[in-house]
Amino acid sequence: MNAVAAKSSGAMLRLEDVSAGYAGFQALFNVSLEIRPGESIAVIGPNGAGKTTLLRTISKLIGVTSGDILMEGRSLKDVPAHEVIALGIAQVPEGRRLFARLSVEENLKMGAFLPAARPRHSERLKFVYSLFPRLQERSAQIAGTLSGGEQQMCAIGRALMSGPKLLLLDEPSAGLAPVVVQSIFDLVRRICAEGYTVLIVEQNIRQVLKVVDRAYLLETGRIKSSGASAELLASDEIRRAYLGI
Amino acid sequence: MQIFDIFLLEAVLNGLLLGGLLALLSLGLNLVFGVIDVVWICYAELIMIGMYAIYYFYVVFGWPLLLAMAAGVLLVAVAGAALHQFVIRPVLGAEPINQLLVTGGVLFFLQAAATLAFGIEFKNIGVRLPPIVVGDISFSMPRLIAFGVALAGMLAMYVFLKRTYLGTAIRAISQDRGIMPLMGVNPNRIFIFTSALGGGLAGLAACLLVLQYDIHPAIGLSFGPITFLICVLGGLGNMVGGFVAAFIFAQFISVGGFFLAVEWGYVIAFVFFIAMMFWRPQGIWGGK
Repeated sequence: MNAVAAKSSGAMLRLEDVSAGYAGFQALFNVSLEIRPGESIAVIGPNGAGKTTLLRTISKLIGVTSGDILMEGRSLKDVPAHEVIALGIAQVPEGRRLFARLSVEENLKMGAFLPAARPRHSERLKFVYSLFPRLQERSAQIAGTLSGGEQQMCAIGRALMSGPKLLLLDEPSAGLAPVVVQSIFDLVRRICAEGYTVLIVEQNIRQVLKVVDRAYLLETGRIKSSGASAELLASDEIRRAYLGI
Repeated sequence: MQIFDIFLLEAVLNGLLLGGLLALLSLGLNLVFGVIDVVWICYAELIMIGMYAIYYFYVVFGWPLLLAMAAGVLLVAVAGAALHQFVIRPVLGAEPINQLLVTGGVLFFLQAAATLAFGIEFKNIGVRLPPIVVGDISFSMPRLIAFGVALAGMLAMYVFLKRTYLGTAIRAISQDRGIMPLMGVNPNRIFIFTSALGGGLAGLAACLLVLQYDIHPAIGLSFGPITFLICVLGGLGNMVGGFVAAFIFAQFISVGGFFLAVEWGYVIAFVFFIAMMFWRPQGIWGGK
């Protein structure tokens, strides 16, 4: 136990041999990974590899069948899904999942629902608006009528409203026009530069590897390899299988 | 001709007051449906329980009327929360027809239980408020109060849903239940709270109805169907739509009853409802 504690010191989030899945279907097999404070990492892999399941497991939307998840040394084993965010883990879910009939500002307000986050609502709203001036222009607009890129900004802004230490991003570029994809990755880079610890899950491997420090390759629910972004970009395995070079 | 106009005016104004009462009745049912997506078929029976509660607190226990009413509201609010926890929650993921049947079962259970517990004789709290007479027009005082309370309740609800974190969460959860935990929201707590609020509104309706009607185990049948129709007419779950529909429905009843016989007012209102179901099945206010 001491050895584990020593090993995990320094890691913000640490997954130890995590297996998880849905009823009758296992999606993750003994996944281990760690993220250090201030780091930005990506989990890359093909469609159906279990990337979204991984983020849903960290947020406790899916139960862990074996292994453990530690946030700053604290096990998430007995933490219900709605209390994960109070530990500083905010997720931008797949498909953005905005509240389509609420305004932009109301969506952001929901991000600050935690009683601990409410007193800092206006301060963080200012910060989110400084990050995404576009959202301020559209603050009264119904979220469902935003463009795809704006919706992604709003979803990221909503997650930032809780003042998280760790931001989980699920396929932020999915379903967006190529031009917009570029701007979303620029945004992710800025968020990393703001000092947030970021775990991003992406299929857009070439782009995401330019943004993050390190990455893990997930295939059929197992970590196949990992390393610094530059290393992975140069590795034959990745180049052949995913970059088509 | 002069007299005719005054009576018509009286019918319109009384329709307005009836509309207030119907609007209040539909408010709680609409709230629960809009948020939890379950229709409380037994909603009017919760009102019946509230009426009995007020009767017992006021007449049998001798509490002051307002205290008895407050206790009645509280009791029905608790009943609403219990209804969710013990009846709705286990079938939350089930087919809508099962959810409907289960609350329908509660309807018959409450009726039968009330018959056994309170008997079938009509009970009355014995409070008679005099009508208000303005010139040649007279208004029912309880209806005037109901109208005021309905407007105040609607306004309070609007401000609550728009301005507070809890209210925003209640609107959000009806749009995407699955990601609420990511916001730090425990969906079940929101549902319990909403159910208690819906129950409390049924209790509030009970307070206004005991001033006008006798209490008996089947009284829910007098209000249940019309409340349900108004909610559907306004677009189920749409509180503004329900509010508008209540006033339209009440005008059909009141003005229709003025030109023909009172019963004809209801006939016209229901024919209007059926026609609307063909023309705008999503409700008069419904967008989708």
